[in-house]
Amino acid sequence: MDRPGLVTPVGASVPRVDGVAKVTGRAQYLDDLEAPGVWHGATVRSQLAHGVLEAIELDPAFDWSQVVVATAADIPGENMIRLIEDDQPALVAIGRQVMHVDEAIAVVAAPTRALAFAAARAVRPKIRPLPAVLTIDDSLARTQPLFGTDNIFKQFLIRKGHVSDAELEAVFASAAQVIDGSYSTSPQEQMYIEPQAMMGRWDGERCHLVGSMQCPYYVHKAMKAFLGCDADAVVITQSVTGGGFGGKEEYPSMLAAHVATVAKKAGRPVKMVYDRDEDIAATTKRHPSRTRHRLAVDAAGELVAMDIDVVMDGGAYLTLSPVVLSRGVLHAAGPYRCPIVRVRGRVVATNYPPHGAFRGFGAPQTTFAYERQIEKLAVARGEHPLALRKRLALRAGDTTATGQLLGISVGTDEVIAAIEQVAGTSPAHDGIAANGAPIRRGRGYVFYFHGAGFTGSGEQRLAGRATVAAIADGTFEVRSSSTDIGQGSITMFTQIAAAALGVALGQVIVIDPSTAEVPDSGPTVASRTCMVVGSVVDHAARAVRAKLLAWGKDHGVAGPLPELARAYVAAAGELAETITYEPPPGIAWDDATYTGAAYPVFGWAACLVDVAVDLDTYEVTIERCVQAVDVGKAINPMIVKGQIEGGTLQALGWAVLENVTYKDGRVANASMTNCIVPTFADAPELETILIEVPYPFGPSGAKGVGEIPMDGPAAAVANAVQDALGCAFDHLPISPEVIAASRSAWRLA
Amino acid sequence: MKVTLELNGASSTLEVSPWKRLLDVLREDLRLTGTKEGCGEGECGACTVMLDGEAVNSCLVAIGQCDGRTVTTVEGLARGDVLHAVQRALLACGGAQCGICTPGIAVCAAHVVDHGLVVNVDDATARARIRELLAGNICRCTGYQLIVDAIVTAAREVAAAPAAKGERP
Repeated sequence: MDRPGLVTPVGASVPRVDGVAKVTGRAQYLDDLEAPGVWHGATVRSQLAHGVLEAIELDPAFDWSQVVVATAADIPGENMIRLIEDDQPALVAIGRQVMHVDEAIAVVAAPTRALAFAAARAVRPKIRPLPAVLTIDDSLARTQPLFGTDNIFKQFLIRKGHVSDAELEAVFASAAQVIDGSYSTSPQEQMYIEPQAMMGRWDGERCHLVGSMQCPYYVHKAMKAFLGCDADAVVITQSVTGGGFGGKEEYPSMLAAHVATVAKKAGRPVKMVYDRDEDIAATTKRHPSRTRHRLAVDAAGELVAMDIDVVMDGGAYLTLSPVVLSRGVLHAAGPYRCPIVRVRGRVVATNYPPHGAFRGFGAPQTTFAYERQIEKLAVARGEHPLALRKRLALRAGDTTATGQLLGISVGTDEVIAAIEQVAGTSPAHDGIAANGAPIRRGRGYVFYFHGAGFTGSGEQRLAGRATVAAIADGTFEVRSSSTDIGQGSITMFTQIAAAALGVALGQVIVIDPSTAEVPDSGPTVASRTCMVVGSVVDHAARAVRAKLLAWGKDHGVAGPLPELARAYVAAAGELAETITYEPPPGIAWDDATYTGAAYPVFGWAACLVDVAVDLDTYEVTIERCVQAVDVGKAINPMIVKGQIEGGTLQALGWAVLENVTYKDGRVANASMTNCIVPTFADAPELETILIEVPYPFGPSGAKGVGEIPMDGPAAAVANAVQDALGCAFDHLPISPEVIAASRSAWRLA
Repeated sequence: MKVTLELNGASSTLEVSPWKRLLDVLREDLRLTGTKEGCGEGECGACTVMLDGEAVNSCLVAIGQCDGRTVTTVEGLARGDVLHAVQRALLACGGAQCGICTPGIAVCAAHVVDHGLVVNVDDATARARIRELLAGNICRCTGYQLIVDAIVTAAREVAAAPAAKGERP
């Protein structure tokens, strides 16, 4: 497909650049890397949810001669994982509080992995127990003080179209109809197939850390503080990463801290790869949430007011919770026209392991609530659920809950029309399954949106940078800290840069992200890599091309760009253009009042789900799932389709079978045997429709796509099960146990 | 104990504890790191290899069970630089994303395709059959759709031209 001299246009479904290495098994993930003299690390963890660490004892019967044990006393700099607030220690120090089960207390290293894990089990933390806070209600009632004065990590209030609560209540009091519902969502495990993994070595006073991660500069920032060193004294490099989904956004800093500490004490490289059970038990999950949502409607069926109260469980430390809550509240009113909106959000402290980033980042929780509410309104009015959504949907010229005036790239009509076009008639309610069981079928729709890029002025503050450089052999390097975690960013950058330079794909190399080699283009999160960093790469590549052409003209050198590049580098050295991201003009956001343009642009999506409920076993089978997603422009449609389908299945799994259960603050299903995710056999055939309503400030019109497919499908499943059984399903997951318990409410007529 | 394997078409003999997992022998003793560990308990299928023509989770097989047997790993699928039909199809159809599950899926799918386990490739039931056959391999990135597309593509190619398959003589 890629021949020298042939330029591949943006929008071509070329095979992924890293594909051959992956299908042959040659790609080197962290555990595949070797280092001379490397030892293996393992983590000693708390067995209690809350308490005071009084001592760390070593089992005298164990042979410690070949083991290094590091504790908080060995930390070179500050004992904390720097992120938003510096409240999370890397290792609990003696005399300090243990805040959750599986919190790290010490790190061991030994010549073999088996010996390291055995040694970790032979380290015995002595913890004086304190009562644990294991519900949102106990946290809010402050049964134990965990954070600040009120156990609330962060709260937000959004008001649109009113100034006082009394004003809002008056609208509800005079409404023709009020839909009032309470919703809850369960924690969800990212379940990347490569567990968390990191390797560290010291080269004199310089620390080198390589690992599975999304955000090298997050780890870099955390390590500068943790090690108490300059930027140059610690180098963070991403290894080929076997999935992230948010789970490798903030947590890798923890492994980096542990590996750096124990490698320094051991005086040799240390590799740490989590066991699957440890990974499920100790690392972050999607925030469990509960939402009360009230909808006031006038006699004509128009929305007149919304009142939403979201509470999320942040777990034991603040980590990223304020930002997750922010995205949750900013999406809570949905893509619907409504003049009066109040959204209140709180995220509270409990004694669970910290909940964190997971694809969608707070929006799937609030999307579940609003799309259940809209469904109930359709049922109450006897209006077709998709027609009602179409009638109430935001379009260009409307304003969101924060007062953001929508102008460009609003794909509402396109995504809804796409679903209308393929929907066909709903399947008959009553049927017989292949095994003879009676089944009941139903159909659900959703319409939803997802803000692309960082919230508010985040991109402005971050000022992400990327470089395109012409190097000696006439090829071009793309240098950024954006990581390919499977989503295809290497291929996407290659396509964007090659098209902008006007060279073949093979002339462009996206180099491995290492903080010693690449500028900080920001973290690989928030559906921003293509839209934001891709646009920077596009501009940098155009700048390189323009300079080379101008230089060629001045120096009488002609020929294809790679030849110009060779000549230029031979004469004047490497030509590198580094561009800093500039947000589009006219984007104003007020952090104090939470008003204005929350996101530069939104992705838009509609989804149809058909389910069959087995009336003997109560299993929900998803028989059909169609997603129509407005992505602005698909740089590589095959990769975009794959990304949407992956997110869709994570959402369908969250709807019916994924869950993380806890007992006394400990994950009770910390294994892939019982913490289940969909298999080939569980997954339906997925139908994906790409809609392209271009965003003029993205590369070739592209906007964010990574997270949006996760937001909507769970509510579509719940709406479909409601359609099948005639009663509401407002809590995730909709397991067979939940269906069984709902029997008395079924209305199958 | 001394163990002899017919590994990816060549004989390989090594001295090893019989209790060591086949997965660890492949990765550590033989440095064939294409076979991955995702869970260590036989759930995810990232460590899938063929043992005497049967797909197994190499994390659940002790090397002592393998003496004198034939093992095929992802490294044994291609012939030189010529990829197996399944590997080519995974590339062409977008069936690999993060890639950590891909070796296991490629091994399992190559077996399915080489042995004609999917008949009537164009029949509507073929895709459901593929899903059953691959149900022991978990992928968290793709939603499986493009992997099923890839296996259908490879099966069609092999059915039309059996030489396309990567089986060794």
